[in-house]
This record gives sequence, structure tokens and C-alpha cells, in this order.
Amino acid sequence: MSGENFLLEIGTEEIPDWMIPPALKDLERLFQGLLEANGLSSPGVSLRLDATPRRLVLRASGVPVRQADSEEILTGPPRAAAFKDGQPTPAALGFARKMGVEVSALEVQSTPKGDYLCHRRLAPGRAAADILAEALPELILKIYFPKTMYWSGKGGPRFIRPIRWIVALLGEQVVPFEIAGVRSGGSTCGHRLLGAPEVAVSCADYEERIRENGVLVSAEERRRRIEQGIDALLAGTGLRLKPDPGLMQTLVYLTEWPTPILGGFDQAYLELPEEVLVTVMRHHQKYFSVADAEGRLAPRFVAVMNTSGDPEGLVRQGNERVLRARFNDARFFWDVDRRKSLEARLEDLAHVTYQAKLGTYRDKTDRMVALVRQLGGSEHAVRAALLSKCDLTTDMVKELTELQGIMGGLYARAQGEPEPVWRAIYEHYRPESMEDAIPSTLEGRLVSLADKLDALQGCFAQGMIPSGSRDPFALRRAAQGVVRVLVEGELALPLKKLLAGDQALAEFFADRLRYYFRDVRGFRYDEVNAVLAAGWDDLSDLASRLAALQQVRPTENFEPLAASFKRIQNILRQAGVAPASAGVVDTTLLEPGAERELREGFLAARVSGRLIGQHDYTMALERIAALRPRVDKFFDEVLVNAPDARIRANRLTLLGNLLSEFSAIADFSEIVTTE
Amino acid sequence: MDSFQDILFKLKSYWAERGCVIQEPYDLEVGAGTMAPETFLRVLGPKPYRVAYVQPSRRPADGRYGENPNRLYKHWQLQVILKPSPADIVEQYLDSLTAIGIDLRQHDIKFEEDNWESPTLGAWGIGWQVMLDGLEITQFTYFQQCGGVDLDLVPAELTYGLERLTAFLQGRDSVYDIEWAPGFSYGDVRLADEVQFSVYNFELAGVPTLWKLFELHEGECRRLLDAFADYPDQRRFPVLPAYDQVLKCSHLFNLLDSRGAISVTERVGVIGRVRKLAVGVAGMWLEQEALG
Repeated sequence: MSGENFLLEIGTEEIPDWMIPPALKDLERLFQGLLEANGLSSPGVSLRLDATPRRLVLRASGVPVRQADSEEILTGPPRAAAFKDGQPTPAALGFARKMGVEVSALEVQSTPKGDYLCHRRLAPGRAAADILAEALPELILKIYFPKTMYWSGKGGPRFIRPIRWIVALLGEQVVPFEIAGVRSGGSTCGHRLLGAPEVAVSCADYEERIRENGVLVSAEERRRRIEQGIDALLAGTGLRLKPDPGLMQTLVYLTEWPTPILGGFDQAYLELPEEVLVTVMRHHQKYFSVADAEGRLAPRFVAVMNTSGDPEGLVRQGNERVLRARFNDARFFWDVDRRKSLEARLEDLAHVTYQAKLGTYRDKTDRMVALVRQLGGSEHAVRAALLSKCDLTTDMVKELTELQGIMGGLYARAQGEPEPVWRAIYEHYRPESMEDAIPSTLEGRLVSLADKLDALQGCFAQGMIPSGSRDPFALRRAAQGVVRVLVEGELALPLKKLLAGDQALAEFFADRLRYYFRDVRGFRYDEVNAVLAAGWDDLSDLASRLAALQQVRPTENFEPLAASFKRIQNILRQAGVAPASAGVVDTTLLEPGAERELREGFLAARVSGRLIGQHDYTMALERIAALRPRVDKFFDEVLVNAPDARIRANRLTLLGNLLSEFSAIADFSEIVTTE
Repeated sequence: MDSFQDILFKLKSYWAERGCVIQEPYDLEVGAGTMAPETFLRVLGPKPYRVAYVQPSRRPADGRYGENPNRLYKHWQLQVILKPSPADIVEQYLDSLTAIGIDLRQHDIKFEEDNWESPTLGAWGIGWQVMLDGLEITQFTYFQQCGGVDLDLVPAELTYGLERLTAFLQGRDSVYDIEWAPGFSYGDVRLADEVQFSVYNFELAGVPTLWKLFELHEGECRRLLDAFADYPDQRRFPVLPAYDQVLKCSHLFNLLDSRGAISVTERVGVIGRVRKLAVGVAGMWLEQEALG
């Protein structure tokens, strides 16, 4: 293998865990770009990126030692001025001297401006080490982080945290450069407690040397170490870890040498709601929860240390003490909060701002109640909406904001609200992500819709509309939630009407619908466009039409029929006939044969009554598809543009009826046909 | 076992040995060590400075009548400012933990992202909460802006939570049980303070009086801010007394807040009023410093 190994380690103070994986991707992209821009990329180059909280590491193999040589052409005086009577002029001699060659070695080059003397020479490629030394400082400071700082004084470089050392080696050689007073070199720094502060490394022994100094540079290896450690801790206990991939990822990037420990807490705390215990452990202490064989929460937790062991049990005891204090707080909140009913907290909501321009949570509650009524909600749903935000004034939610809604539900249950009410409160923030479930009850779905629609209506009315990556009020997520609740909850509700004629909001929803049906549900884009074009007021109806369309599409008659519809649409457009106002066909003017057959087929396929559900739509579409031979025959045998104006108009009417009848299901002209 | 005051002495000595001026607490009510002029004003401008002091910090809304074992209306912070921050600041900090008897090889230390921001002071910084065996013991911040001004030299601010650290070292579950000095618990020294101020802050503080005081201090500060430009000898101008007025306003705001006397709509506005004063004083201080 040709080329050199390259090692770059950017040594920093602790980088926030969640920023590390994206920063590595960015570093990789920037480095690839650097190689390409400088003619150093080759199929032989391979990159590997790793990181811990204190180091971003890029390793490359097969980096060309230098650029390929290239030819360059330097232009001199015009030929006309270079020779006089066949002899070189002073201009030519001067140029040759400057190039360090004889005049006879110069060439003539034709350009649009005329012939010029020129010198062609081989430019030797630059050494990769020089290119890297020059480009790396800028490249490193270009790595994107959501929030950066300066540390070496005003105007100094910005990075996520102070850079304290840099390793940059190409082969055996240091690639020399400097950032904010830190010079690159060949020494790294070990784990804060387990390693030496200065460790000489080479490209070959880097990983091994820092491992000896308490650093596992590979995130995968750290993850394995945590997983295997947990397995060993729980083996034979009958306990199981409650898996939490997000927390695992956090811990992997919060440690250089992770070691899990098993701690416990007093059984008595299990009287508190499990949601509270798990949230305290997960969000405040970064502990995994543990369940017994029946899946019940066990009075245990797994913490992950950033060190090699806890021989004296001091770390375990320390963590147990902290958890005890937190659980005591939680118990205090649980007891105190229940002394005041949710209903009694309604007036306190008048002191909690929802959004400066949208009033308080009391105002929002009133709007949500009205919306739930408008959506046809039961008294249970209305009651849930009324109490849904009251938990914002509880000490528990002030302390554990992640539990908003959930606490409201638990407090409502504790004060004797019926299950449909407390469950609706409990679940009304759902779905909080694409993976999250929608509320499980009708009441919960309506309150969830009211919550999100209120946010959308309010923000759009105030011009607070998401643009690009800016979406401070998480309106995309809210709209996506509305779409999912309506479609997956099979709620036949008039969405368009709920948007109160807000055109921008309607477009926003159309985008969310496209995203949802295409990217999440996997429908083809033209099918989605076809049903959207036919209208999307009732989303569960839209979903039925779409599913039916998808089902009928592979049948042999469908695509050719769609092509015919496009043709019909064009004919009508050219004739200036709007399908919806096509009028009534005069049967006496119909010619026997293809024309009459099409008319009869249309009447037979014609949908009578309201279609509900995918089944109805599938049948309707199948009947439409079955019309295909008659449509084909019509176009083969009948001249729409008949010389007799009355006959022509009648034929256009026939086609118009056909188009308008079936476009309520989907606009077939949107289907991309292969023909 | 070291007492609360032993730990205090050791930390002060540790930072004194590293070139810090050891100051005493500022003698006005403040919400945090950051608000004392030794931090708020000294971090501004191009002059290096190093200081450490204990600052009793009052947060009226955090009071719990002495009933909660971990929450206090007034807690003791050790505030350390190193301006500019040395390259080995994290190592120096870890050594300070060793100095108070924490054998780091027996414990778990993590630096978890936590950026600090004070809207009333127009100040923010980047940093971490330092976790020792799952307990937050220190707020570590690289200041970026103070009084709305980008800082010339970036100071490191270390804020140790002294009650927590001591409870950790002494293995106590309640802050009131920690030993302050031999024979005296934290509760002996401070419990009455917590109870009485909780009653006052939550129940008895006179809202109209507090508002009146707020307006008086605000007015006094404004008057000084307005007088600065035309003052004949600006080197002698009372910038520091003007800052005292800001601290008074800030504390009164906190009191009014814990009394539930500030409505939502007012809240942002009142914070803005205090911030305006803080920014004004910071600017005045910088101008005065520039005069040499």
C-alpha cells in the first residue's frame, strides 16, 4: 500500500456529548474536501473517525505523500514583439531570463488575442505535510458546533470548548501548526484520573498507548464495555435493564473509560409513581432503571462511571445518597401538590405565560376547551382539556418538566377523575416524535389535537411561521402530530375547516401530509399528489383513498386509464370546458357503438352514495379501471371535435362528467404513467 | 473529619497559594457570587485579576422553611475568578478537590454541559456542572459576556456549592446535620435564619413597600448614570455606589417574585429594567477604568 498514515487528535476540555457525533461527521466531510481540493484524494485513502469527550480523532491511511506534478504555462510577450528580423528582442530575452531558460526553449501559444511567447514547465507537486500544516488550523475551526466560545481573549478563535493539545502526525513526522497558542505535536493526554498528562504516540501505536492511559477511543468499544459490564452486574439477580438507547448514547460520549455500577434505593420509594422515579433517574442522574422478572420497577439502578472501578463502594454510596435526596424532594412534591386540586389551579394558570403574543395558559385552556367542543368532544374530553395544563403550576412539573401532562394525569387520577379524563390528560402531549404512540383514547386524541391546533393557529396568525431550520415553537412536530392523530386515530374531522381559512397554514399542512405519506408511510409521490389534488379535508378519508389507489394501481387497466384521464383533461382544457360544470348529456345525440358504450359503462361504474373506508374506494377504483376498454375504444372510434357543434358539446359533456365523477377520489392525471 | 469551616479555610488557602486575592463576602444581599462587584465589575476590561471569596447567596424563592434537607433560601458559595483563565484551569480545579480530602481515584468525576446565563446582568458563559459521584458540586463557567459587553480576557469562574460538598465529605443526608464547627451543626447556626426568612419572603414581606424601595433604588441608580457624562472628575465618580443600587434592585425583584407579586406581563419588563441599570453601570465602569 502506498501513501502515509495520518493522525489528527484535537484535544479539548469536555465537549457536550450530544454534539460529538455530528461534529465527527463534519470533520470527516471537511477533511475529504481538503484532500479533494488539493489533489490528495485517491481510492487508497481510508478515514476513521473517533471521539471521546476530550478528543476528536481522525485517522487516515494511504494519504499520498505529495501532490502529482503538474504542468504550468507562463505567458510572455506577444510573438510580434518578441522577434525582429528573426532575432529575439530584449522583451523575449528578458522573459527567457526570468524563466531561467534560453529563448530557444520558449514556445509560441495561440490565444484569442494573438500569438504569445510562453514557457511550459513542470510544477512539482507540493508535499502533503505542507498542505495539511497550512489548511488544518482553518479546517479545525470550521467544524460546526451549535454554540461556540472564545477562550484566548476577545477576537481569538472560537471552538466548542478550549483546545488544549493537538496531535498531528503524517507518518513519523509532526505536521506543524498552531491554534490559539497550542502547537501541534506528537503527544496526547490520558484520562484525567487514569492516565498520564503527556503520552507520546505514533500513528501505529496511538490507540494502544491511550488505552494504556485510560482512554477507549472507539465509541463502539465503550458501548460494549458498558453493555458487558451491565450484563455481569445483573447476572443471577433475576433483574433486567430497562433498555434506553438514548441514555446509552449519552453515556458513551460522556466517558473515556466507562464502568457501570449497580446501586439501590429504599423499597418505600416505590410507592411514588413509577413515571416520577424513572424520570428522576433518567433525566437528572443519567441512571438506567432496572426491572424484576415480572417487569416491575426494582429498587435498583445502574450508573455509569467515567473510571475503572469502585473498589470501596464510595461511588455507589455517593450516587445512592444523591438519589435519596432527589426522591425525597419528589415525595415532598407529590404530597404537597395533591393538597390543591387541579381545578383549583386553573386560576394560577393566568400567571403562567404561554407565549408573549398568545397570552397565558389560562387563555390557552379556554381556547382548547372551545376547540374540543368544536371537534365534537364528549364532556369527558372537555373536562380533560380544562384540566390539561393545570399541572404546570405543580412543584413536581416545575422541577421535572419532562413530566408535564403525565403528572396532570396522575394527579387527576389521584383526585378521582374518571379514567377517560385522567388518561386523556396523561397522554395529551403525544405523539412527541415520529416513534411515539398517539393517545390511546378518543378523548386523549381530541385534547391532543386541540393543544396542537391551538399552537399552530395562534403562531401562524401572529406570523410566527417556521422557515428553514428555524422552528422555535416546534410547529412542524405539532402539525405532524395532528396528521398522525387524525390519520392513525381514524378521526373523520374537517381539518381544513379547523384551519380557519389560513392559507399559509393550509400549505404548511399539505407539506406535512406529503412528508408523512411519502417518507413515513412509504406511498409513491405521484399517488400522494393525486389524492391530495382531489382534496384533503378529512384525513382519514384521504388515507382510505390513498390505500385504495395503491392497491388498484398494479392492476393492468389502471395506468393506461390514468393516461386516458390525462388526455380527457387536456381535451377539456383546450375546449375550455370545466369538468364540474359540464352539464347533462343529451342521450339522443349519442351515437351507437363506442360513444353509447362509454356512457353506459360510466353509469354502471358511477358511485352512488358516500364512500367510506378503503374497501369502498377500492371497489370504486376497480370499476373505474374496468372502464378502460370502453375509453380506449371511444378514443379510437369517436371524433370528439365533431363538425356538428351540438354533438361536439355533448361529447365534451360526456367526458366532463366522467372526469368530475372520479376526480373526487384522486386526480388521476397526477399519476406518472409509463406509457 | 473536616468541618464546614475547615473546608472553607482549606479552599481559601488553596486559591491564595495560586495567587488569588482572598476577599470577604460582599456586604449586600446578592443571589450569587457572580453578582458581587469582585466578579461582575472585575471581569470587565483588560486588567488581569484573581480573587476568591465565600458569598452567602440569597434566593428567596428557594426557601423551604428549613424543612427540606437540601434546599436553602441562603446558601454559601465559594466563588473563584481567574482572569484570564490559565490553560491548566481544570487540573487546578481538580487539585483543589484533592486539597479538601477527596481522593479522586476513589471517585467518579464528570463534566456535564451547563451553560450559565443571567438575563438581569446581561451576562452569560459556557461551561459545565461538575458531577462528583452523581452530585453537582461546582458550576464551572468561561464568561463570554457581562453587562452586555464581550469580555477582553476570558475569566474562568468556579462556584463551589459548599453545603453540598461538606454534606458529601461528611456523609450527611441533610444539610442541617453537617458539622459547621466542632459542637455546632449547620442547623444550630442557620435554621432560624431559614425559617424566619421563608416566613417573611413568602408571607409577610410588604409588597407595596418592596415596590417603593425598588423604585427608589432604581431612581437613585438612574440619577447617577445620568450624572456621569458631565461629572467634572470622572475618576472619582461613584460608579461602585451606583452598582450597589443595581444589587438592591435585583434582590428586591427576587423578593417580589417569591411573594408572587410580579405578574407574567410585568416580569420580562422588570428584568429588563434591572438589566438596563446593570448594563449602564458596566459601561460606566469600563469608561472609568479607561481613564487609568
